[in-house]
Amino acid sequence: MKIFYLSIFTLFLIKSATYQSKAHILKVCASCNYTTITGAVRDAKAGDSVIVEKGNYFERDITITKPIFLIGIGYPVIDGESRGEIITVESDSVTIAGFQIQNVGTSYIKDQAGIQVKGKYCQVLDNVLLNTFFGIYLQKAHFTLIQNNRITGKAINQISSGNAIHVWDSKNIKVLNNEVRNHRDGIYLEFVDESLIENNISEYNLRYGLHFMFSNDDDYLNNVFRDNGAGVAVMFSRNIQMIGNTFDHNWGSSSYGLLLKEIYDGKIEKNTFSQNTIGIYGESANRIIIERNTFMNNGWALKILGSCMDNVISGNNFSGNTFNLSTNARKNYNIYDGNYWSDYTGYDLNRDGIGDVPYRPVKLYAYLVETVPTSILLLRSMFTEFLNFAEKVNPTFTPEGLIDQSPQMKKFDL
Amino acid sequence: MIQLLNLYKNFGKTRVLEDVNVLLKEGRITAVLGPNGSGKTTLIKTILGLVKADKGQVKVSDLVINGCWEYRKDIDYLSQIARFPDNLKVVELINMIKDFRPQETRENYLIDLFELRPSLGKKLGELSGGTRQKVNIVVTLMFDSKYLILDEPTVGLDPVALLRLKDFIRDERKRGKTILITTHIINLVNELAEDIIFLLEGKVYFQGTIEEMIKLGKSDDLERVIAEILTNGKEG
Amino acid sequence: MLRILKYSFFDLTRSWWNLVYFAFFLLVTFSLLYLSSDLSNAMISLMNIITILIPLVGTLFGVMHYYNSKEFTELLLAQPIKRKDIFLGQYLGLAVSLSAGFIVGLCVPFFMYGIFHSELFSQFIYLLATGILLTFTFSSISFLIALNNNNKMKGFALALVFWLFMAIVYDGLFLLLLVQFDEYPLEKFALGVSLFNPIDLSRVIIMLKLDIAALLGYTGAVFKLFFGSYTGVILSFSMLFVWSVAPILVTLKVASKKDF
Repeated sequence: MKIFYLSIFTLFLIKSATYQSKAHILKVCASCNYTTITGAVRDAKAGDSVIVEKGNYFERDITITKPIFLIGIGYPVIDGESRGEIITVESDSVTIAGFQIQNVGTSYIKDQAGIQVKGKYCQVLDNVLLNTFFGIYLQKAHFTLIQNNRITGKAINQISSGNAIHVWDSKNIKVLNNEVRNHRDGIYLEFVDESLIENNISEYNLRYGLHFMFSNDDDYLNNVFRDNGAGVAVMFSRNIQMIGNTFDHNWGSSSYGLLLKEIYDGKIEKNTFSQNTIGIYGESANRIIIERNTFMNNGWALKILGSCMDNVISGNNFSGNTFNLSTNARKNYNIYDGNYWSDYTGYDLNRDGIGDVPYRPVKLYAYLVETVPTSILLLRSMFTEFLNFAEKVNPTFTPEGLIDQSPQMKKFDL
Repeated sequence: MIQLLNLYKNFGKTRVLEDVNVLLKEGRITAVLGPNGSGKTTLIKTILGLVKADKGQVKVSDLVINGCWEYRKDIDYLSQIARFPDNLKVVELINMIKDFRPQETRENYLIDLFELRPSLGKKLGELSGGTRQKVNIVVTLMFDSKYLILDEPTVGLDPVALLRLKDFIRDERKRGKTILITTHIINLVNELAEDIIFLLEGKVYFQGTIEEMIKLGKSDDLERVIAEILTNGKEG
Repeated sequence: MLRILKYSFFDLTRSWWNLVYFAFFLLVTFSLLYLSSDLSNAMISLMNIITILIPLVGTLFGVMHYYNSKEFTELLLAQPIKRKDIFLGQYLGLAVSLSAGFIVGLCVPFFMYGIFHSELFSQFIYLLATGILLTFTFSSISFLIALNNNNKMKGFALALVFWLFMAIVYDGLFLLLLVQFDEYPLEKFALGVSLFNPIDLSRVIIMLKLDIAALLGYTGAVFKLFFGSYTGVILSFSMLFVWSVAPILVTLKVASKKDF
């Protein structure tokens, strides 16, 4: 994958070099030839650079139809005055960098964005977007890079809000080092394949921090999802690699860190789930490997419904969760093996670091709550402790075969 | 004057008092005698209102006590078993009881009489049985009330204290108090009492002076007369 | 009455048991506050201890105290004092001294921790309030049990059974009903059921005030709507109040007719 991106980049360099020979610089400022960005962009030829000096520009619907560089110096402000879209890119190979773009109009009919990109090989770099409806919106914008942007929305409810970074029907997108806040979804991907989402921070979004729909073969690595309605939702997608992310405090009565729905063949590795109502919620999630993650102080660390099969949960740390695992299944089709469970009470006589008594991650009470939701009222009551103890001594209700045969005595150093 | 009229009391199925009519004369010492379980303590507790009679009346100074509590300021009651809050000091207990009854008291006289002064600062839980009984005597008798009711007052007392208690009771008699004592010690009855109420299975078997009681039997010794009554009672 | 309360309080606060009780809360609260990763977690653990231990200690200590002071009660009964005042005073002495141990044991660590400046201050107040009401409830019930049973062993056994019922068995029956009638919407019914057990009621009230409420899901939302409303707060605390007052009223009634 990396080599692939590298080659794209060199291609890009060569391309810009060919334009270089006849390229011009168009300056925009209060005392320049151009006082509006719209004007400069209109006159710019392919390969030209429009350099915008510091200042306030009350403009919107700036449409770019040629491959140009639109560069802001000292974060000039483009203010859409809450009407319409601000920049629309209708060409390949456009670079937009260094602006403060603010006050995008809210619309219930049109997806209006701070920057809308409809061309391939574009770059949106180092911008600050404020008070946006949609922030950066990509359509069929293959090979586009979104990097180092800070996007803060104005979302109050889900109906009248858009996504910070919205990508539709695009391949080979990179979303790196962005900070996205206060939108409906932080990052939304629909029909997006072979893309990379890395080092972003997504927080305070109403719905999801990151949302995959019908997207395959994507990686998201080392992102932070915090205080969102729910951290990340991966739906109807295949082959998603989820590595090194932090899912923190996605807390609320129907919240979770990571929602998996109708997904196949993914990998969830080295993530940290802490203080989420549900760490990972799985519904028809299949052939996922969940390894070396830390689940800490969640309500439910894992809620894996009966429709999930052939997942492997191994080498994880579970500590301080109210429920480690809950399921509505009577039979188990997943593998739980070699995890550390902080409430494991077994012993290790041969001192090989593995408990001699198998561990049952599903407590009877957790099972009851799954089948009779009202019984959650007895949470933290003494009776439920007795129930769990009785079940532990003589298991009859919890799913058959749902056993960690080699529970670790010591927490993994992850 | 304390008067019990047609008093009946059952504890569950057991009859404890049956048609009891008793008159305690003013200014005299009356001993209530009878075997264990004959109703002595119940009789006393009815006077105090601790036990509520099923039928009949209790009059204290011509007042029917039914449910009242103020009349108890006229009674000093020394109970049989003395147990007090363990963590209070003797002096605190005395002050506390004084606090409950805003009456003239004479605790210093009694403290000295029973040589309790060294124990005043001790916690009640740390006292020996005898000392506790002395404390009991002080806290109940310090009020100088018209009536004294003493339930087994000599239990646990050393000879010196016993002597002093007896002297004290005699002095009280001289001061015109009406005194009721229950005891098993016939010597004490001989020494102190003038009138006797003899209870047998909840009924008043005899009421009158000691002399009249002795005439009931063949012997001229109270103790023997009582033994006689008891064996006859059993046979009859 | 106040005089009896005063002396009863003095006696009990100096008792070894009460000191242990106080020290226990002090120690547990300190260690929970300083060892727990966050305040909310510490409060949940404290809630568990409060809703289980206070009723247990309240009933057992109450029964024990009643039997221990039986003779002294008789001495008081022979004094010119109203019966009602004696029992009310002794009961309040017990409940107030237990509450004092609990309050001080909880407050000292929390104040040192700086609860005044914490956003969880109102939750802390809830914790205190339910703890105190539970103390009053269970010590009055213990008096009622002891008063009705002259046999010490029987009294202790009944007190223990009562506690077991309220702390565990009730929840078991509750759960059984929920499982049995799963098809029906049971939220309102469950609400009613939890109002009638002071332990459950306290637990739910505190839980809804803490982060953990998020785990209660839809059922929790229904409950939160109820307990969050003025009527709900008033009704639930009135219920706890009734629980702490009703048994002692019965106790006084029984005492007024009893022979000693």
